[in-house]
Amino acid sequence: MKQHIEGSQAVAHAVALCRPEVMACYPISPQTHIVETLSLKVKAGEIGNCQFLNVESEFGALSVLIGASAMGARTYTATTSQGLLFMAEAVYNAAGLGLPIVMTIANRAIGAPINIWNDHSDSMAMRDAGWIQLFAEDNQEAVDLHIQAFRLAEELSCPVMVCMDGYILTHAYEVVDLPTQEQVDAYLPPFEPVQVLDPQDPVSIGAMVGPEAFAEVRYLAHDKHLRALEVIPRLSQTFQDIFQRRSGGLLKTYHTDEAETILLALGSVNGTIKDAVDDLRKEGWPVGSIALRAFRPFPSHALRHVVEDAKRIIVIEKDLAVGKGGIVSSDVKMALQGLPIIVDTVIAGLGGRPIPQASVIDTVKQACLEGLEEPHFLDLNWDAINGELTRQQAQRRSGSTAENILREIGAPGASPI
Amino acid sequence: MSYQRVKFYQTGTFTVGNRLLDESDRTVQAGMDRTNSLNSGHRACQGCGEALGARYALDAVMRATHQQMVAVNATGCLEVFSSPYPESAWQIPWLHSLFGNAPAVASGVAAALRAKGRTDIRVIAQGGDGATVDIGFGCLSGMFERNDDVLYVCYDNEAYMNTGVQRSGSTPPRAWTNTTQAVGTDPGNPMGIGKNLPRIAMAHGIPYVATASVADLHDLEAKVTKAMSIRGARYIHIHVPCPLGWKSDPAHTIKVARLAVESGLFPLFEAEGGEVTDRTPIRKKVSVEQYLELQGRFRHLFHPRDKGALEAIQAMADANIDRYQLIPSEA
Ligand SMILES: Cc1ncc(C[n+]2csc(CCOP(=O)(O)OP(=O)(O)O)c2C)c(N)n1
Ligand code: SF4
Repeated sequence: MKQHIEGSQAVAHAVALCRPEVMACYPISPQTHIVETLSLKVKAGEIGNCQFLNVESEFGALSVLIGASAMGARTYTATTSQGLLFMAEAVYNAAGLGLPIVMTIANRAIGAPINIWNDHSDSMAMRDAGWIQLFAEDNQEAVDLHIQAFRLAEELSCPVMVCMDGYILTHAYEVVDLPTQEQVDAYLPPFEPVQVLDPQDPVSIGAMVGPEAFAEVRYLAHDKHLRALEVIPRLSQTFQDIFQRRSGGLLKTYHTDEAETILLALGSVNGTIKDAVDDLRKEGWPVGSIALRAFRPFPSHALRHVVEDAKRIIVIEKDLAVGKGGIVSSDVKMALQGLPIIVDTVIAGLGGRPIPQASVIDTVKQACLEGLEEPHFLDLNWDAINGELTRQQAQRRSGSTAENILREIGAPGASPI
Repeated sequence: MSYQRVKFYQTGTFTVGNRLLDESDRTVQAGMDRTNSLNSGHRACQGCGEALGARYALDAVMRATHQQMVAVNATGCLEVFSSPYPESAWQIPWLHSLFGNAPAVASGVAAALRAKGRTDIRVIAQGGDGATVDIGFGCLSGMFERNDDVLYVCYDNEAYMNTGVQRSGSTPPRAWTNTTQAVGTDPGNPMGIGKNLPRIAMAHGIPYVATASVADLHDLEAKVTKAMSIRGARYIHIHVPCPLGWKSDPAHTIKVARLAVESGLFPLFEAEGGEVTDRTPIRKKVSVEQYLELQGRFRHLFHPRDKGALEAIQAMADANIDRYQLIPSEA
């Protein structure tokens, strides 16, 4: 059923159809609309016997799900940014215990300075925790990925994050084809846990492990992700059979055949990128793009296969490994080792900074004609940065860098120097 | 599930008496056909009060629930000494996640049971004082506030023992720990600070709060059993001497625990809905010095004699005796 609906509402609808049994949620923008809607659905009795726990923190939320999942319940939560970092310890723990929890990340920047707008710093900070990370390009995909996420998590007994861009997707109204209960039930079987707390057959879960077995346990977690590389495309295909639309998979290509330059990104910016590709193609530039759906596990082979004839990959990423540069581009470089392909890093969209189509087009042209510095920061205000650097050299000042920069750019409300 | 014959553990003069009782009055430890929740062969130190308290508490839960139970454990000595992979001393379904989240994990187990309509299986969570009064406090308060159907048991050995004896929010004043050294003008843990978690639990108005001690295992079992007859959030705070951290003789664990109770420093009481409903009277009041001098962690109070500190600690004990009316004639 097609409906003009907010992204958060659509996701909440999809999650409800997956019949979670326990949800524990703590509010944080821009995730709030998802959990508000789900709390309403539970209270209205729309999700069977589902238990919705209002908890004292994100750390508590995921911890509740760890207990519930170990007890054999299908579990769900959503968070972002500071909330994800606050639950970090439990994020690693859930993965280590192999619990198939599904969590939406409404991607948002991490402070300081505090900033509620979208970038990918939060889920990137949990990159190595052992969660599968899927990225949605639009709200239709956000809906579809959630349904696939439960099945994926439960097939592999591994937690899955569905990442969707905060505000850009969560608060956007789009036409979304909302699945029916019958479709979801046909796709998603009831949860059969591989390990469960059962008085009839008592097991100890979460034992202390020494050096003699720890590495093996980590290897097995890694192996699970390698298997996910095969399961994710299969589940995407099964999804297509039932829902009659293609969603998910490891990556999605756009005009990559015979493209010399390929742009690569995660999430909603792929919409802008596709438009930029269209414009560049009209001007005769042989460009294409790839939207990565799975960031963890990283689809190295699939990527290599798709780009092997290209000359240049431009990774546009909404995150920054401070002191190093790109996170996604590092993975891409590793995946393409040995191929004569230039990989550029473009850091863009931090803290919600818009990524205009024109800037993307200019950057592609610049990369192809002159090359890019590594990493390249899209649309930085160099006047503000240089002003602050000069000031830092000249004298010690009280106040944060952010205040000084606001002054430099003459932002309204900034106090005079 | 395989069953094992269980040895009879002699735990001190007050418990061996079990064997002399009528069959119907015996506590669970006297039965030879029972299985322990926590098997022998774990790696606790000799004389560990926590191992003893945990086994008695969980055995009582096992009995009250006919083994239809799940235990959640915080990180700490109890978890580490009982679960070194590939061995586990637990005979019951047991889950350890983190240091600071046992109450929330238990809430999750309870929520899953509610979702599945299973009222027969019960949940208990357990942790040391560090896990409970410090790092897990937020989760514990949340669990109380939601009145989740969980019994939380805190084994209070008054410091972080698992990491090598550092101060916790329930370390008593003037005690030596590795982060409150017995040096300087105010040696040991500062006076006048600390958290009283049983009272904080009572302030949440939860159905049942109790304190217990390994000095009185009969009472401990009775309280756990009573707690299991109630639904909702319940809290039991058990005083468990740690010979390693307290620098006490492993053979003195029960004696030390008893002196804490008899001096008034660790009052035994029960509370329902936030009000004290019962207390264990002190049979023979002892001075705090008798309790403190058995423990190396208070040695600096005696050599040389720190009269001021001893008097202040005595005043704390006397205040407890007043507050809980532990000596009926004084009430
Ligand atoms: C987040 C975190 N911080 C610190 C630790 C290290 N740690 C493990 S157990 C422990 C102390 C446990 O003390 P307590 O809860 O009193 O239990 P005990 O060992 O005394 O029984 C600490 C500090 C940890 N595991 N996790
Ligand atoms: S250190 Fe203390 S609490 Fe830990 S096992 Fe030894 S006696 Fe028990």
